[in-house]
Amino acid sequence: MSEWPILSAIVFLPLIGALFILAIRGEDEIALRNIRWTALFTTVFTLILALILWSGFDPAAPGFQFEEKYAWFGLMSYHMGVDGLGLPFVLLTAFLMPGVIIASWHVNRRVKEYMIAFLVLETLMLGVFVSLDLVLFYIFFEGGLIPMFLIIGVWGGPRRIYATFKFFLYTLAGSVLMLIAMIAIYVHTGTTDIAEILAKPSTIPASLQYWLWLAFFASFAVKMPMWPVHTWLPDAHVEAPTAGSVVLAAILLKMGGYGFLRFSLPMFPVASEFFAPLVFVLSVIAIVYTSLVALVQEDIKKLIAYSSVAHMGYVTMGIFAMNKQGLDGAMFQMISHGLVSGALFLCVGVIYDRMHTREIAAYGGLVNRMPMYAFIFMLFTMANVGLPGTTGFIGEFLSLTGAYLANTWVALFATTGVILSAAYALWLYRNVVFGPLEKEKLKSITDMTWREAAVLLPLALLTVWFGVQPGIVTEMFNSSVNALLTQVQAGLDAAAAVQQAAVQ
Amino acid sequence: MAVGLEHYLAVAAILFTIGVFGIFLNRKNVIVILMSIELMLLAVNINLVAFSARLGDLMGQVLALLVLTVAAAEAAIGLAILVIYYRNRGTIAVDEINKLKG
Amino acid sequence: MDTIFLAIVFLPLIGAMLAGLFGTAVFRYAGSAPPQIAVHEDDDDGHGHHHAYDGPRWPMMLTTGILVFVALLSWYAFFDVTAGNVYKVTVAEWVRSGKLVATWALRIDTLSAVMLVVVTTVSALVHIYSLGYMAHDPHQPRFFAYLSLFTFAMLMLVTSDNLLQMFFGWEGVGLASYLLIGFWYTRPSANAAAIKAFVVNRVGDFGFALGIFATFALFGSIEFDTLFAAAPEMAGKTVPFLSWQVDALTLICLLLFMGAMGKSAQFLLHTWLPDAMEGPTPVSALIHAATMVTAGVFLVTRMSPFYELAPLAQQAVVFIGAVTAFFAATVGLVQNDIKRVIAYSTCSQLGYMFAALGVGAYGAGMFHLFTHAYFKALLFLGAGSVIHAMSDEQDIWRMGGLFPYLKKTWAMMLIGTLALTGFPLTAGYFSKDAIIEAAFAAHTPMGTFAFWLLVIAAFFTAFYSWRLMFVVFHGKSRASRETLARVHDSPPVMLVPLYVLAAGALFAGWLFKDAFIGEKAAEFWGKAIYLAADNDVMEAMHHVPGWVKAAPFVMMVGGLALAFLFYIVAPSLPEALARAFRPVYLFLLNKWYFDELYDRIFVRPAFAIGRFLWRKVDQKTIDGLGPDGVSARVLDVSTWASRMQSGYVYHYAFAMLLGVAGLVTYLMVRGG
Repeated sequence: MSEWPILSAIVFLPLIGALFILAIRGEDEIALRNIRWTALFTTVFTLILALILWSGFDPAAPGFQFEEKYAWFGLMSYHMGVDGLGLPFVLLTAFLMPGVIIASWHVNRRVKEYMIAFLVLETLMLGVFVSLDLVLFYIFFEGGLIPMFLIIGVWGGPRRIYATFKFFLYTLAGSVLMLIAMIAIYVHTGTTDIAEILAKPSTIPASLQYWLWLAFFASFAVKMPMWPVHTWLPDAHVEAPTAGSVVLAAILLKMGGYGFLRFSLPMFPVASEFFAPLVFVLSVIAIVYTSLVALVQEDIKKLIAYSSVAHMGYVTMGIFAMNKQGLDGAMFQMISHGLVSGALFLCVGVIYDRMHTREIAAYGGLVNRMPMYAFIFMLFTMANVGLPGTTGFIGEFLSLTGAYLANTWVALFATTGVILSAAYALWLYRNVVFGPLEKEKLKSITDMTWREAAVLLPLALLTVWFGVQPGIVTEMFNSSVNALLTQVQAGLDAAAAVQQAAVQ
Repeated sequence: MAVGLEHYLAVAAILFTIGVFGIFLNRKNVIVILMSIELMLLAVNINLVAFSARLGDLMGQVLALLVLTVAAAEAAIGLAILVIYYRNRGTIAVDEINKLKG
Repeated sequence: MDTIFLAIVFLPLIGAMLAGLFGTAVFRYAGSAPPQIAVHEDDDDGHGHHHAYDGPRWPMMLTTGILVFVALLSWYAFFDVTAGNVYKVTVAEWVRSGKLVATWALRIDTLSAVMLVVVTTVSALVHIYSLGYMAHDPHQPRFFAYLSLFTFAMLMLVTSDNLLQMFFGWEGVGLASYLLIGFWYTRPSANAAAIKAFVVNRVGDFGFALGIFATFALFGSIEFDTLFAAAPEMAGKTVPFLSWQVDALTLICLLLFMGAMGKSAQFLLHTWLPDAMEGPTPVSALIHAATMVTAGVFLVTRMSPFYELAPLAQQAVVFIGAVTAFFAATVGLVQNDIKRVIAYSTCSQLGYMFAALGVGAYGAGMFHLFTHAYFKALLFLGAGSVIHAMSDEQDIWRMGGLFPYLKKTWAMMLIGTLALTGFPLTAGYFSKDAIIEAAFAAHTPMGTFAFWLLVIAAFFTAFYSWRLMFVVFHGKSRASRETLARVHDSPPVMLVPLYVLAAGALFAGWLFKDAFIGEKAAEFWGKAIYLAADNDVMEAMHHVPGWVKAAPFVMMVGGLALAFLFYIVAPSLPEALARAFRPVYLFLLNKWYFDELYDRIFVRPAFAIGRFLWRKVDQKTIDGLGPDGVSARVLDVSTWASRMQSGYVYHYAFAMLLGVAGLVTYLMVRGG
């Protein structure tokens, strides 16, 4: 275990970078350049630190590692630590942020504020995945809303105000309930320390578990987003700037899944088991319903946003299958979706920057002028469809296997998603990339620049690499998932024992 | 018939009610509102003095004097505002004064 | 040997990657503007004469060279394996999640070896053929990269050691097929066909995937060795599926068979195959005739230890196979597109193979797969030569009388037709007749049903094959004069592969019949095919009555005679017949109206439901009751509240008074 507080360093490094940027004065070219490079360097250093963290991480140990704990105010503490469930997301966030910054290179309005917003956002996102205190978690979890709110609201599209408010209110409404539930947990267990609460099987009485589970569910379901509270996502994506969409799809959505794994399952095992059918139904509806809706979209980003909802459906389904394959699948699907949906939004950004429209009908025949783009877009489309050999397949397959073991009806309906996803993704690809190049405006469009390629190629590489060698990822969370399953089982047993005692 | 506490209270209540109605039913003049307020304060004063006499506690009369002072100050400020308002708006009709609506 | 197998499987991938990434334009224009493309009406015809290919030639040479090398290695491996060796090469671990473990491994037994040979040989020949066929195409490096990628995926499929790797190859060939059908991406019809192929295949894959889940749920493993060892104990076991208790192995077999139906274009999931003819002709030969579409046959054969224990599933296989053979043959009778005729023929022949598998004659099914690969690829490539010669004309009614111009091609097509119709001593004769005999020898109601359908289909096969020959090569020419003036036999680079395939079509049956279905079969297949103890079809099929043996031959001659009568002797007859039985003719011409039916019940409803869910449910209901509704209510309330704010001081005072009165009353009532 390293001596220095590496987690704090990772989390707050972006914030320090933001402070540096705050200090840069002026609006001229040199200042702008400095701002961009500072942001990039900050994120790259964060990535390097995250990689160091990974190298020091012991995947065989299921517990929290690199723990830091300082007394804070009241009973709350500043407690950070990372386990197999959090680490992949830390890496994902750190890995994506440099790309996000590079993809925002051409932003020329309020550059300083823009970069600061993203760096602050990075701090908050990273904080969510490493904080081990309920209050600290809540602060990071909710705090993330603010920069995202600003990013969409200031640098967004024409209907950005509507979208931001929808996004903000939806998320906040869910979170308030979660806050109440957290207080209830504190009242019941006498501590806000997550590690301490998780140290032993859940002792929260079943009757309370149901309510707490629902309160947490409200928050995480909105974040995921699950049907029927998903409607903020398409609007937010459509209005958000490219980089905002990437962060939203790739990382913010994962907080919901992470929350289920960190709180709902281990802390409320009885309720999780009780409500699993509900989650299954909602997940299946999400998969089938949003896939069908995606089929008729006219806006590229909306289509991808709806497909995100469908893919998140696999995640919730896998989580509440509550078996090894399901949980592994859900974790993998989240990482995979982070890479793939992020990349897809970047792909949309590439053509949006050239044509300034997201209408599918405005495109067609791009392959004639943009071979590299066509190649990369095809790769990610296939990953989105879940073609074996890409990351998309592993997550889908494992979570579906998990679902089959839990309930065959669920698996049957959810598997229809593989047909529908092929339909909408290929339909999109055909209309945008294939076909004759007939539209006058498109005839002078240029292929991707090396800067754009530099963002997408690493993602492409990982998409294939993790698809062929998923062990690199699964090894990270393997023992943590096992521990989680044991924990859930222990909680269930304890509850059953209590009931037994009550009967006798 | 001896004049008892209840008589004082009755007079005060009547005066207070007159004051209240003066405020609500008056549609013409802000000065009437001011006067109604004075009337209500007067009713309060009567109550204070009456109770003071009844309970043999001077605090009530002291408080009545305080209220008198405040009432005087209030009347002075109120009238001053009125004068300025009239200068600015050219009217002090109550129906015209709805600037509070924003 | 391990290295050889690794080379066989992975060299095509390396070739595909090199050619695809560095031979094409993928990285060429990054950061710069590609040259303006002149848009011609006809520059997308695959060999437009406007801007011939002027890029580097190494991608084509590299991929072709690799494939030829790999094909030679495969034959070497084939003889090694059929000598009785079985290999297993573990490359790396793939997925590990609890008990679910899948490795990247190559499993080489006789079954894989047969497939290796078929795939690499046809692929190599198609590569060579394409050097000529695609010589003018501006995108040929991409084409060759796709071909090699396909070969890789197909090889992964046939060498898979577990269901998951097979699924990888399964979807991989689907991808390659999608890319190749849509190769001429400027054509809307090609794009539509590509998507259709992928999506319909996905419907099959849906079943395949569920089959894998069910297998894992039952066995706790998806490795073949474990599965096959444990299969006998699972016979008769029931598992809960959906809301019912069903026989476990039957369930798994039916689900897996659904995948096979999709990939092998069997009845109900066949609609994509004829449309797939939008792809360049070499693709049709390689993917949609010889290799990919036979993946389903391979799957069922590979899973023979399961199917042998699931009689119900076997019956389903026979039924679907026989119906497909019959159905596709009827449609083939009236098609007018040269490639579509052959496509339906492929569909029909695949039905034969499944019928064989279903009755337990796996050897016969695989044998037909083996021979069919040669003569069907031959027919397709021959058709390609015709199309090439006719300046991309595909309608057989605009051909005719081509015999004098295309003698070599004619000869090749003739050999293909003879083999397909089962002319004695050609390849098809041995394999197809074996299937028909096996169906009879099964002595089950379903087997007999299949026998009759297959015999009728044999008659149809002979008819449409000869019809094709006569209409295209004989009779009066119906082509325009300019076209005829340009007609020429293909260059040697295209003809040589035809010769090789023709040799296969002529001799493959005679050479290999003993090994595949004859006395040496048991030794040849070894453990690759599992036969239940009471399965004696392979033996019984050699002892059927004489009339059964003669039936296919009679049908073949009958079909030939009828075609001769219709298209040479009395060319007006078919037209009169079509007029007389117009509904039947239209029914067949429109392929039993399957496309229309699916469009009605699947495609259009899907879009309609999608639109409904989006507009009405998402936007109206969820948003209406959710955020938009809430915000509208908030607005209503605040409008109402702001109306309260009149600005009149006495209103406020009154409200205050009311409040005070209410408070006092409350205190009085409560406090007493």
